[in-house]
Amino acid sequence: MAAPDIVMYEEEFNKIKQIISKLRIDANAKVVFLVDKNGQQIAAQGEIENLDTTSLASLTAGNVAATDGLARLIGEKEFSILFHEGERDNIHISIVAARVILVVIFDERSSLGLVRLRVKKASNELNSVFTDIMDKVEKERAAAGAAFESPFAEITDDDIDSLFSE
Amino acid sequence: MTFINYASREINCKIVYYGPGLCGKTTNLQYIYEKTNPNAKGKLISLATETDRTLFFDFLPLELGTVRGFKTRFHLYTVPGQVFYDASRKLILKGVDGVIFVADSQNERMDANVEAIENLQGNLKAQGYDLMTIPYVLQLNKRDLPNVAPAEQMTQLLRKKGEPVFEAVASKGVGVFETLKGVAKLVLQELTKTG
Repeated sequence: MAAPDIVMYEEEFNKIKQIISKLRIDANAKVVFLVDKNGQQIAAQGEIENLDTTSLASLTAGNVAATDGLARLIGEKEFSILFHEGERDNIHISIVAARVILVVIFDERSSLGLVRLRVKKASNELNSVFTDIMDKVEKERAAAGAAFESPFAEITDDDIDSLFSE
Repeated sequence: MTFINYASREINCKIVYYGPGLCGKTTNLQYIYEKTNPNAKGKLISLATETDRTLFFDFLPLELGTVRGFKTRFHLYTVPGQVFYDASRKLILKGVDGVIFVADSQNERMDANVEAIENLQGNLKAQGYDLMTIPYVLQLNKRDLPNVAPAEQMTQLLRKKGEPVFEAVASKGVGVFETLKGVAKLVLQELTKTG
């Protein structure tokens, strides 16, 4: 495989949830969520009951990917912050740890300045969590060497067939 | 690049439908969307032009059930088929776990099929993947049309590495789920290999 899989462990997952939950309160935002650059949602906090977070994750990643493409066309490495302004709600998108997208949705109860400020602080914290995760994955791989035990090593054809049994 | 979340016990995989313009990639997704149990699917998102040509991608999240205690989620994407949207196609292949190549069976589209597979190979390479090693299946679509090439001939022309080949009529749903199942199986089998 070209790149290592992303693996999320309980400990880091809880840390991430704490950080984005705090960010939501500090920034007075409606929703804060984290998406992997490939469009997979990692975590979400806030008023998400009526929100299609899966679609939001995939479109955000598409948006970031397209903007990255634009950046390279004009000789920039990336546009690290994107901001979409709506009539009521606004979306602030930023890149964390080079591979994760942090999305903040906010309305008139907050402001772009406040969001930017708080995002900056949270980004630093998230950065260190993601560095930890990557270290952990590396270490486990190295320690286990060739004998790295995939939790899915025992998936059988029957298991896979039963997924499609409907 | 499969995303495994031990905390919420989920596996997320990304499947991309690739192929020349008007071969039926979006039609595949639409059929899956129509026939899937509402609890198992999310919204079908189409970023298309006013004439319903895919502009950036279509996206359909599917939840298939659990394997070994892990919820399996498949995110299905299509790419825009038209030649000049190559920049978008490249972006969508990012982080892909499995590819379905949808070939148009009509005789006059054979050159377009060949060109699109070459384009797929090149774009996968640009993202650091190799068609020869990635989970990959071939779908021969539009088998119901009168002017189609024989399946054997198409297989010989388009098959790259002994991948599973499925005959389909996506507009009627024939072969659609078989194709998806074929690639899903390969993706999950990939997970059983050691990291």
